[in-house]
Amino acid sequence: MTGQTKRVVVAMAALALTASSLAVWADEDADLVVNGEIEMVVRTDAPAHLDGAVRTIYSGWVFRQDDTQAMQMDDFDNPGMLFAEQGQELFNTAMGANGESCASCHTNAEDLTRVRATYPKWDEAHGAVQTVEMQVQECQTESMGMAEAWGQNSQEMLNMTAYIASIGRGQVIDVAIDGPAQATWDAGKEIYYTRYGQLELSCANCHEQNYGNYIRADHLSQGQINGFPTYRLKNARLNGTHNRFRGCIRDTRGETFAIGSDEFIALELYVASRGNGLTVEGPSVRN
Amino acid sequence: MAENVTPRVRAPREASVGEVVSVRTLISHPMESGMRRDGDGNVIPRSIINRFVCTFNGEVVVDVTMEPSIATNPYFQFEAKVMESGTFNFTWYDDDGSVYEDSSDITVS
Amino acid sequence: MSLTRREFVGTSLTSAAAFAALPSLSFAATADEAIAAYYRRRGHIGCRDHLDRARNCRERLNTVQIEVSAPGAEEIIMFAAGNPNPNVATFKFGPMSGSQAATTRIRLASEQDVVAIAKMPDGSFLKAVSNVKVTIGGCGG
Ligand code: HEC
Ligand code: HEC
Repeated sequence: MTGQTKRVVVAMAALALTASSLAVWADEDADLVVNGEIEMVVRTDAPAHLDGAVRTIYSGWVFRQDDTQAMQMDDFDNPGMLFAEQGQELFNTAMGANGESCASCHTNAEDLTRVRATYPKWDEAHGAVQTVEMQVQECQTESMGMAEAWGQNSQEMLNMTAYIASIGRGQVIDVAIDGPAQATWDAGKEIYYTRYGQLELSCANCHEQNYGNYIRADHLSQGQINGFPTYRLKNARLNGTHNRFRGCIRDTRGETFAIGSDEFIALELYVASRGNGLTVEGPSVRN
Repeated sequence: MAENVTPRVRAPREASVGEVVSVRTLISHPMESGMRRDGDGNVIPRSIINRFVCTFNGEVVVDVTMEPSIATNPYFQFEAKVMESGTFNFTWYDDDGSVYEDSSDITVS
Repeated sequence: MSLTRREFVGTSLTSAAAFAALPSLSFAATADEAIAAYYRRRGHIGCRDHLDRARNCRERLNTVQIEVSAPGAEEIIMFAAGNPNPNVATFKFGPMSGSQAATTRIRLASEQDVVAIAKMPDGSFLKAVSNVKVTIGGCGG
């Protein structure tokens, strides 16, 4: 394992040197239109708060190989949509002491169209920034009388967040980073630039300074989260945002934070804000 | 037993006589290979869809014997030649005895 | 692997040459056995071979989309030579089929050869091999 991780560093150094010849931008110009109707913004000017750290922000879709890209262009080819459909069924299924379904209160699911594009979001009543998962859990325990809410990384929750993302596809991401959310955002930004693990790599080392390069055989993206939850061909299931963060930190041989931890909530807000201007793509298809 | 198995099919609704049409199917299923172990080191028993059949007006288009190397959420794409209006029937057979069905009508003129 | 129509037609025309030039194949023993067993079941004795070293380097570890096509075939059987159980699928084409071609998604544990054998109505067999590379997702467990 040590040998392997060492190679990562060596490879990155080599890649950085040869970036111009190795960076394959074959699909940089590809546009993403899903089902021939939902037009996605896969590249746009970086939000002002990035302060020139990158000039253009890109959806992770841009960096994938053409056949992986194609799987996301048509709902039929996108296995993630199977789970979004199961989420839709759950949305209409009674659960909890009051025998209510989500649809009992949210009679028009379309009202949730902007949710994925605006979360994580400050919740006044709880005095904290909430992820979509936390909001769903809140509805379950506080409104529906469920003794125990779905786990943050449970299949039900992944299906539900895939459904909520799917109704917001094409919406331009615009998470608020000022006002009461600012402190959390600052904390997330700090985590983003902190070097973790034996490899001493920060998120920025890979996703800000080396996107477009190859790490081992993987084409590095900007680590955007507009496509979450993602259906990964690697494990053939939906993957949540915090789970992916965890994997990335683990790859630096670092101690990682827990799914649902304050650190990951802050990091999610910060990473989401780096994608302000891109569009909601979840459930997307990734390798 | 596999839960939440959802079949999906996509076939054209209309075609002309003798046209070769493309048919796609996707079904959510874990396709447990029987080669994996759980956290305690016990082999997770095999549980896959082992056969998929598509017929048109009762006659076979394609009959697939499936093995554990077929990926999770099995996907197929193939072609049928339609000479008359009718119905595609799709059937998936699960190791656990479950049978999942779907169908799609087509008008041929 | 994408065995296109053209490649398969090419197979029958150039099979003799291809057979002579065939590098030694290194299937996992189990795949060899599985293929031999298939031939035995189908009463097959000798075959025209064809090797198609595909350029494919696919970025997926667990899911690879594969297309097979053999115009006129009665059935096509697929093997993943490097998987613990190399059998993948057998496609039997019925009277309503519009072509003897199909696309599916398979699991590949590692870079390996994917083998397809087509059984033709005259009792002959066509075989194609494609080396599929899979890259390991660098991040995220
Ligand atoms: C008893 C009524 C009720 C039920 C049932 C209910 N919710 Fe809610 N939900 C609310 C209310 C009220 C709010 C707004 C309060 C808030 O923002 O904290 C809300 C807010 C939300 C939001 C955020 C909307 C936004 O625009 O920010 C989401 C997402 C959501 N609910 C999902 C669900 C899901 C999924 C279920 C089913 C598991 C569910 N809700 C069940 C009452 C309900
Ligand atoms: C050693 C380099 C490395 C580091 C450090 C790293 N990542 Fe990654 N990350 C990758 C690779 C490789 C991938 C897979 C290819 C891609 O999408 O970039 C990836 C993927 C991702 C994705 C999925 C993107 C998509 O479009 O689906 C997200 C999100 C992500 N990383 C976030 C982070 C965050 C947040 C951090 C810091 C905690 C981080 N990464 C640290 C290498 C790294």
